[in-house]
Amino acid sequence: MATRQREISVSEFFLKNRHLLGFDTPAKSLVTAVKEAVDNALDACEEAGILPQIAVEVHDRYGKLRVIVEDNGPGIVESQIARIFGKLLYGSKFHKFSQSRGQQGMGISAAGMYGQLTVGKPLHIVSRIKGDKLASEIYVSVDTAKNQPDIHKKRWLKWDRSHGTRVEMEMEGHYQKGPHSIETYLKQTAIANPHLRINYRNPEGEELRFARSTNVLPPRPREIKPHPYGIELGRLIQMLNNTKSRTLLRFLIDEFSRVGKKTALEIIDCARKQSGRRLSERSYPRHIAHAQATALHKAIQHTRILAPQTHCIVPIGEKQLLEGLSKELPADFYTVTTRSAATYRGNPFQVEAAIAYGRPGDAAIEVDKSGRLRKAKAQGEGNGEHPMAQKGELVRLLRFANRVPLLYQQSSCAITKAVLQINWRPYGLHQSKGALPIAPMTILVHVASVWVPYTSESKEAIEPYPEILKEIKLGLQQCGRRLAHYLNRQLHLRQEFDRRAYIEKYLPHIGIALQEILALSNDESDAMVRALDRILHKSRGVRGVVA
Amino acid sequence: MKKGDSNFARADLDAKTIAVLESIARQIRADIERGTVPNIKLPVRSLDNVKYDQARGYFELARTNKVRTLAVNTVRSFAQMLRLMATSRMMVKHDDYATKREVYYISKNWGDCRFDEQGESDAIMDDIEAMASMHGLSREHLRFYPESHGGSVAGRLTVIDRNPATGEAIEIDCNKLGSGAYSIPRSAEHLSFRTDARFVLAIETGGMFQRLNNHRFWETAQCIIVEMGGVPTRATRRFIRLLSDKHDLPVYCFVDCDPYGFTNIYRTLKVGSGNAAHINRFLCVPRARFLGVTPQDIVEFGLEDATHPLAATDIKRAQDALENDPFIMAHPEWIAAINQLLRMGVRAEQQALAKWGLNYVIDDYLPRKLANEAGFLP
Repeated sequence: MATRQREISVSEFFLKNRHLLGFDTPAKSLVTAVKEAVDNALDACEEAGILPQIAVEVHDRYGKLRVIVEDNGPGIVESQIARIFGKLLYGSKFHKFSQSRGQQGMGISAAGMYGQLTVGKPLHIVSRIKGDKLASEIYVSVDTAKNQPDIHKKRWLKWDRSHGTRVEMEMEGHYQKGPHSIETYLKQTAIANPHLRINYRNPEGEELRFARSTNVLPPRPREIKPHPYGIELGRLIQMLNNTKSRTLLRFLIDEFSRVGKKTALEIIDCARKQSGRRLSERSYPRHIAHAQATALHKAIQHTRILAPQTHCIVPIGEKQLLEGLSKELPADFYTVTTRSAATYRGNPFQVEAAIAYGRPGDAAIEVDKSGRLRKAKAQGEGNGEHPMAQKGELVRLLRFANRVPLLYQQSSCAITKAVLQINWRPYGLHQSKGALPIAPMTILVHVASVWVPYTSESKEAIEPYPEILKEIKLGLQQCGRRLAHYLNRQLHLRQEFDRRAYIEKYLPHIGIALQEILALSNDESDAMVRALDRILHKSRGVRGVVA
Repeated sequence: MKKGDSNFARADLDAKTIAVLESIARQIRADIERGTVPNIKLPVRSLDNVKYDQARGYFELARTNKVRTLAVNTVRSFAQMLRLMATSRMMVKHDDYATKREVYYISKNWGDCRFDEQGESDAIMDDIEAMASMHGLSREHLRFYPESHGGSVAGRLTVIDRNPATGEAIEIDCNKLGSGAYSIPRSAEHLSFRTDARFVLAIETGGMFQRLNNHRFWETAQCIIVEMGGVPTRATRRFIRLLSDKHDLPVYCFVDCDPYGFTNIYRTLKVGSGNAAHINRFLCVPRARFLGVTPQDIVEFGLEDATHPLAATDIKRAQDALENDPFIMAHPEWIAAINQLLRMGVRAEQQALAKWGLNYVIDDYLPRKLANEAGFLP
C-alpha cells in the first residue's frame, strides 16, 4: 500500500476535475477557453497601458474547434511564454493584492490542457514585444505529471504586428448561440469594457464588431497590502515566516495596510495580555511561536483598525458603464449607480448596479421641444443577441466580476440572490414570490474587488457574503427608485398621450361646426383646426412635460 | 294685418336666434385666432343650481356655470354642442325643425362626435337651450321640438293657427269640436287666441276632462278646460302660459289629492321643474292656483271612505317636498296642507268624487269650489 502512495500534481488533479475550471460540457469548454484567453489579453493590455484591441476567431471542423485570440498587448518575454501557458498555477496576479480579471494563473493553461486532452495538440503561441525585431513562436503543452511546460517547438519568426500575443488552440467543443455563447460573453465584455474593441468571427464566417465608446483606459488599480481583518491564522504564520522585517512592530506596519505604529503597538499589547507569554514589539517575527501567533491573530480582531483603503478598486464608472450599455443594449431608459467601496473579510470591494428598461419602439413616450408627445422610435439594434427580456418575461441578469461577465451558475451567485431578495413591486414591476421580476428589462451588477470570492475555481458565481449582498441590494434599490420614477413618468406621459389623442379626435368637428355656423371657407376651417391643435399642445404642454 | 305682424315677429326671432348662435361661434373663433383655449360657459342645469324667485314666481337658475373646453372631460360635448348649434342654425335658415329623436339620428353621420344614445343628445340640447335662454330664446326657437304632443283643449276658445305651407290663417273654434278636443301642437309660439273665458281649468286626468267636456261644463262655467295627462308637457305648459298671459286668465289646477299631484303636476305647471330651470321662465304659469282636490276637501266633501292609504313613496315625496322643495317651503299654506295629508295618511283621486254620483263633480264640487276662489292654495 505504502509504495503506491505518490504525489499528485496539480495538473493531474485538474485534468481529472476539469469541471472545476469550467471545462465540463463541450459547449461550455469552448466559451471558457475563449474567455480565459480574452481575459488574459485584457489584463495584459491594461497593465501595459494599451487600449485593447482583440480579435477572436473560432473555426469548426466536425466538432474540433480551433480558437484564435489575438491582442495588441505588450507581448510576453520569450522565457516566460512556456511557463505561462504550460504550467497550472503560474501567474503574476495570485500574490498581488490588486484588482484584475485573472487571479489564479490557471485559466489559459487549463484551456491548453483541455485541448491537449481532447485533440492532442499543443497550444500555439506567437508573441512579440514592442521593439523586438522578431516574434517568438512556441508550441507548448502541459506535462501533467510534473505540472511543467513541455515545449514542442520554438522559433523566431517575422510577424506583421508590432507587439501583441496570439494564442491558438484546438479542442473538442460545441459551438452554439444563445445565453451561454461566445457572442453573449463578448457582448457583455464589451458592455463592461467600453474602452475595448473586439472583432469576432464565428464558425459560420459571420463577423461581429464591438466598437469602442471611449478611448480612455480605466485607471490602473493600485496594489495594496492585505488588511489585518481579512487575514487567516495560517496566512499570518506564513507571513511571519517570510517577512523581511526584523521586528514584530515593523512586520505589522510593513506587511499590512492601515496599520501604523500606534495600531501595531495596540495589537501587540493586546496579544501579550491574551497569551501571557513574552511578546514584545521587538520580537523577531520568525521566532514567534504558534501560540503567540494565535494570540496575535485574536488581538488583531479585537483591535480597532481603520477600514481598508479603497483606492485599489477601479469601478467601471457610471459614465462608462452607461456608454457601454447604450452601445450594446438599446433601451428606453438607463440608470447606473456606483456604490462607494466597502469591505468583506478585510477585502475591499465595490458594487455597481445598472438597469436598462424597455425595448425601444415598444411603448415609450417622448416629449419633443415644442411640448408635443410622440411614441419613441426604435433605434438600430446592437450587435448579436438582444440581452433584454421581452415583455412578460423574467428580467435578464448580467453579472460581472472585475469586468468579466459571469455566464454560468446564475442561481448560486450573490448577485442573483440580491436581486431575488429585493421586492421589486414597489418599483412598479411584477414579481412572483421568490422569482426574478417580470419586465422588458436588464439588470446589470458589477462587483469589483482585489479578491473576488468566487464559489469555485471556474469563477462562475460570487459567494454571497452578507456584506456583498447588502451592497448589491443597496445599489439595485437605488436604481429601482430611479426606475420607479421613470415608470411613473412614463405612465403619466402615456395617459397624457392618450388624453391628447382623444381630444384631437374632436378638433375637426369643432372646425366643421364653426365652418357651418360662420360660413367659413375650407381653408379657413382647416386653419382653425390647425390652430386648435397648436393651442391644445401648448396649453397642455406644461402638464405633460414636467418631470 | 295680424298675420303680417306675427310673421314679422317670427322673422325677428329667427334673426335673433341666428345672431346668438353666430356670436357664440365668433367668440370661439376669436379665442382660437388669439391662440387662447376656446371655451363655452353655460349654466349648470341641476337642482343644486336652482333658486325659487318668489317675486317672479318660478324656479330660476342660480349663478353656477360650467365650462366646456379642450379638456378630456368636456371636449366631446364641446364639439357636440357646436355641431348641434350648427344644425340648429341650418334649421332656422331653412325653416325646418327636428324632434329630439331626429336630432339623435342627425348626429349619426358625425363620426367620433355622434351621440351614443338619445339621453346624450337631449342633454346637449338642454345645454344649448340653457345658453340660449339667457338671450331670451327657447328650445322651440332653436327648432328643437319635443316628441310628445301637448294635451287636449276644449271650451270657450278660438285658436288662430296658420297653414304651415302657405302661412294662411286657420281658425279653430274649440266650442265646436263636439265630444272631441283640440290637440295642443308641439310648438305654441305662433298661435294666437280669441276667447271670452273667465279662467282656464287644467285637469290631471283624461277621464275627468272627458266628463267635463261631454257635459259641456266649460259652457256653464265660462272657461277653457285643458287636459294635462299627468305632468304637463312643455307644449301644454307653454300653451297655458301663452293663453294666461295674452288674455289675462287665471289658471285653476284640478288634480288628485296626493303628493305627486301637488309637487310634480301642480308645482311643475306653476313654477317649473328643477332640472329644466333654464326654460321655466317661458313655461311657468305664475297665475296658476290649486283648486283641488285638497286634503281639506276630503273632509269637507266626505271622501274619507273613498281614499287609499299613502304609499311609502308618497310619504317620502311629501317629506322631501317639505324639506327640499323651495316652492313648497316658501308657502305656509302648502306646508300646512301637506302636513294635514300626512296626518290623515291617505290620498284621494279626482274620481273619488264619483262616490256621490257621477256628475257630483259638475253639479256640486266645482261650483262650490269656484265660488270661493280665494280659498285656493297658492
